[in-house]
Amino acid sequence: MIDRHTTSSSALRVSGTEEEEPPVSSTNTNINVAVKQRARPLLSKKQRQRRSNLVAYSFIAPNFLGFVIFTLGPILFAFALAFMHWDGSNPIQFAGLDNFFALFHDSAFQAALWNTLIYTAFSVPLTLAAALGVAVLLNEKIIGRNFFRTAMFFPYVASLVAVAVVWNMLFNPAMGPVNMLLYTAGVDPQSLPGWAADSSWAMVTVIFFGVWKDLGYFMVIYLAGLQGINGDLYEAADLDGASSWQKFWHITVPQLAPTTFFVSVMLTIQSFKVFDQIFMITQGGPGTSTLVLVYHIYNEAFISWDLGYASMVAMVLFLIVLAVTVVQFRFTRED
Amino acid sequence: MKIKFMGHKITGARILLYVVIVTITALMLLPFIWMLSASLKLDREVFAFPIQWIPAQPRWENYVEIWHQIPLARFIYNTAKITVIVTALQLFTSSFAAYAFAKLRFPYQNVLFLGYIATIAVPWHVYMVPQFIMMREFGLNNTHLALICLQAFTAFGVFLMRQFYMSIPDELCEAARIDGMNEYQIWARIILPLSKPALSTLCIFTFVATWNDFLGPMIYLTETKLKTIQIGLRMFISQYSSEYGLIMAASVVVLIPVLVVFLSLQRFFVEGVAASGLKG
Repeated sequence: MIDRHTTSSSALRVSGTEEEEPPVSSTNTNINVAVKQRARPLLSKKQRQRRSNLVAYSFIAPNFLGFVIFTLGPILFAFALAFMHWDGSNPIQFAGLDNFFALFHDSAFQAALWNTLIYTAFSVPLTLAAALGVAVLLNEKIIGRNFFRTAMFFPYVASLVAVAVVWNMLFNPAMGPVNMLLYTAGVDPQSLPGWAADSSWAMVTVIFFGVWKDLGYFMVIYLAGLQGINGDLYEAADLDGASSWQKFWHITVPQLAPTTFFVSVMLTIQSFKVFDQIFMITQGGPGTSTLVLVYHIYNEAFISWDLGYASMVAMVLFLIVLAVTVVQFRFTRED
Repeated sequence: MKIKFMGHKITGARILLYVVIVTITALMLLPFIWMLSASLKLDREVFAFPIQWIPAQPRWENYVEIWHQIPLARFIYNTAKITVIVTALQLFTSSFAAYAFAKLRFPYQNVLFLGYIATIAVPWHVYMVPQFIMMREFGLNNTHLALICLQAFTAFGVFLMRQFYMSIPDELCEAARIDGMNEYQIWARIILPLSKPALSTLCIFTFVATWNDFLGPMIYLTETKLKTIQIGLRMFISQYSSEYGLIMAASVVVLIPVLVVFLSLQRFFVEGVAASGLKG
């Protein structure tokens, strides 16, 4: 590409009267140059280069300035802040590794890390399996297929607060329809799950919600993947008398492996960043049973105003996400 | 088992397929249906069991009352304003910068692009704290401008557009240069019209992310008149926690614009999401 560009600029050069700018001596300076430019409208090689650089930078500038000020700057600031003590108003103090060692004495942080891992360990495979299953079903030629697809996708775009409040009502332990239904089905009132209000069920409630909300998004990605499978494979399997189940396991699943890999990376990163739905459904509780990393960052920063420590917790989140990204990069390169 | 229905042969497996699909779809939509039904009830009727899906005496008054109880229209306006500005800025600045990265040569090009790439993997939550402090120093706390600034210049946008531009042959630009077009004209007249698929993908992603943003507005906007739908609705919920009928009516109203936009742009949504999958 660079070659092509140089050839083109040399082609342009041929069309003009190319002449090397004579070295400007120290005695005849500004006036001389000005006269020369007026007499010869074509710019020197250097000036042309400078002008084309300016044009390129002018393309980048609007985005780059915003990016440097509002993203890159704060990121660098965040790294530095992890090694500082600061409450946002008093002077910043250097903390060395204090914040790092504090992680080991912070039981809330350990709970948050553990809960985030648990959330990820369950929500990723569940969402993946549900999305794949629904995508395979809705890839069949059926009446009203678009309606069904739309219905599956809608929870993903629906405003989280609106759907979370319904979720809370549906799963209300005392009077919600879900528990009423379980009760009518003969579940002992004493052993009805307490959902968001019960520390052993709160995580389950949040995971269910996540699967329900995100399933449609990943279904669409799987549907795109299914379009890419060569139909001949299924025809050959039909000739061999394979059942639908066999075709699913021996053709669909292996053929979708790249899609599955991509979806699981996206889901994993997304799960480590989970916050909104937990804030709306359980508020991290009861106790610390659904406290997750981002929630802990939020609490430490905007409730306790311990900005340095909050940034140290953020570094842990960053390292985890970075590790997942590196793994993804390695694997996609091998492909 | 084979049955004939309207001249088509229907097998047992086919029927099972429909039953499974209809069941799953019903489960997915149930929360919305329940929401709609509850929005037309008195508070004490909401949790009546067995569920009365269609209220005997629908309380349409709920839908009148919410407009007096909370500035819903204000919240919708605020959200729409932020979303439209962010999306427009994002599309313009990303495609503009991406043109230079994909089609021009200039000093430090690779270094600058690496700077962008390196930040894509950094979650926003990692730097939201220093970002907030900085915005506060700029005096942008409790302004919509803060939310616009923090969402309008993403590395993801530049990256997505640049990847697309790389697939456009350089010969097109060369030919235009020889015809005497300058770089701005090439971007506007040649590259932009060709990049509609990438632009619509970026548009949809930005739109959904900004419209549904929760933590950003929660951190930055504490004044009621500035709040967006999500945090405005949340404020209403905590104030009127036992007025179930009203809360559900407000939730339905909040979902209507989303539903309208989604249904009318559904094709782009689906294509955008699908494209993001193929890229990986």
